[in-house]
Amino acid sequence: MSLRTWPLWPMLRKEFIQMRRDRLTLGMMVGIPALQLVLFGFAIRTEVRHLPTIVLDEAHSSESRALVATLASSTYFDLVGQVDNRAEIPGWIGRGAAAAAVVIPPDFTRDLKRHRGAQAQVIVDAADPLSSASALQGAMLTSLTWAPDGTPPAARRPVELRVRPWYNPMLASSTYIVPGIIGVLLSITMVIITAMAVVREREKGTMEQLIVTPIDRTGLMLGKLLPFLLVGYVQMTVILVLGKLLFDVPLRGGLPLLYLMAFPFITASLGIGLFFSTLVKTQAQAMQAGFMFVMPNILLSGFMFPRAAMPEPAQALALTLPLTYFLEVLRGILLRGVGFDALWRDFAALTGFAVLTVALSVRRFHKTLD
Amino acid sequence: MSAPAAIRIEALHRRFGDLVAVERLDLEIPAGQIFGLLGANGSGKTTTIRMLTGLLAPTSGRAWVAGIDVVAEPEAVRRRLGYMSQRFGLYDDLTVEENLRFYAGLYGLVGEPGRARVEELIAGLGFTERRRQLAGTLSGGWKQRLSLACATAHRPAVLFLDEPTAGVDPAARRHFWEVIRGLAAGGTTIVVTTHYMDEAERCERLAMLWRGRLVAVGTPAEIEQQLGAPTLEDAFIALQEKDEAA
Repeated sequence: MSLRTWPLWPMLRKEFIQMRRDRLTLGMMVGIPALQLVLFGFAIRTEVRHLPTIVLDEAHSSESRALVATLASSTYFDLVGQVDNRAEIPGWIGRGAAAAAVVIPPDFTRDLKRHRGAQAQVIVDAADPLSSASALQGAMLTSLTWAPDGTPPAARRPVELRVRPWYNPMLASSTYIVPGIIGVLLSITMVIITAMAVVREREKGTMEQLIVTPIDRTGLMLGKLLPFLLVGYVQMTVILVLGKLLFDVPLRGGLPLLYLMAFPFITASLGIGLFFSTLVKTQAQAMQAGFMFVMPNILLSGFMFPRAAMPEPAQALALTLPLTYFLEVLRGILLRGVGFDALWRDFAALTGFAVLTVALSVRRFHKTLD
Repeated sequence: MSAPAAIRIEALHRRFGDLVAVERLDLEIPAGQIFGLLGANGSGKTTTIRMLTGLLAPTSGRAWVAGIDVVAEPEAVRRRLGYMSQRFGLYDDLTVEENLRFYAGLYGLVGEPGRARVEELIAGLGFTERRRQLAGTLSGGWKQRLSLACATAHRPAVLFLDEPTAGVDPAARRHFWEVIRGLAAGGTTIVVTTHYMDEAERCERLAMLWRGRLVAVGTPAEIEQQLGAPTLEDAFIALQEKDEAA
């Protein structure tokens, strides 16, 4: 068998013709990424803005009013009322009319003038952890950047709390969600599309026909995998372009590096799909297996929740998912603009996954029916 | 022995768990013959064909197709055999021509020889008008014809047909058998499984299988004689009743 007569070529040709005629695959390539991007990008907001806020200004000075104005313009806080004493605050927050209260004590102006580090208080409704975290951030940002007009820079005393939101100064969730969506969508579509494609051949009886032809296992597997590798790259490109257009997601690092790093990740996902196809009998089962695989990926990989906040067994489990590493790659390249030297460990891990999953599924895929 | 055997089967055995699907089968089929495997559902005929085509590994025993050991050299034997399954094995979303080109290509028929062979099959089987039609939109008879064309694109020495005419109308069936006889006349060995009596009658020789065992082998007339039944159908039904009583 020469390279020219290798059955891989007719196999690839056939796959591309089928793909062109299959609306579902085309839809998965472009439609689903667009839909998910809009859904996740607009609907999932882990940063909360426009918290209804009341103000208790006991200082009554131009400085205190300037602080309130800065807080209000930060977009984290929307002023909904003024109160005259502390006892009124629980009522506002208790009935949900306010989620935060800014309290400026009487000696605020005096401390400020003596450069003693004036204090103001932000009370938040901690029943909603996201809101309170957001209010803290808003307060911190304001305290870091704010000083009354005319203060000489040397006299400014930054507040003790020192959390500086790097890379995402507005703490916009779309900025870190969109790179994540690339990873999540790739793993969903690659796993499901591959598993379904192989199982469909088995359901339709064409796999039986393929097995009696001289096509070798490698040709058969490559014929199935290579077209979907291309689908993966198209999908990734669609999300990147839409993410840039709709959410202005930064592309700080090198795109060639990202496309290189995506190779082992997409391959590993295809390998997992292929492996699933050897476990299930029907397309419906393949779909279910795919979604079962996707859930832990979304929850544990760091896509939605920071991994550092998870209990240790969950963190250990996350290390067995290729997506965990690919998310590091995506955020590293897109948001932090880092190079290969910072990501080679992830690249090595992903390559390991790719080799392992493809080898495992090729081993399991016998060219027989039983 | 006069003609060289196209297929030789020695003590071929296949178990699925506790169930013995094919029990120590011995059989020899000369080249160029139309040979029928006759039996009820579960008699082991499909399992036998699947072992001969390399779809299933035998539990024990050996078999040679076109002189090649099917267990030792499964890839080599696949170049010499054609297989048409009950489900036709066509891609519904490919056209007639694309299905043919694909299957011919898998056997290394690419480039000019491939194109020539596909044209020959399209013209020879009357697909000229339908060459750009999707296989999924063909009627049962035309699907069967296309499936046969795909299975014989590489001119196999041995052609296996697993219940080829299930669900096909009588006219299409007649045409199908004309094509089969033409292939046999050209030297192709044909092995066909069936439980239709009229189809069994068209075979030169038959092997009758019952619960995985060979109960009779010979021409249709010899089988009737061996089983002491007036017709092939009577012989078949007598075995099936024996099965239900067991």
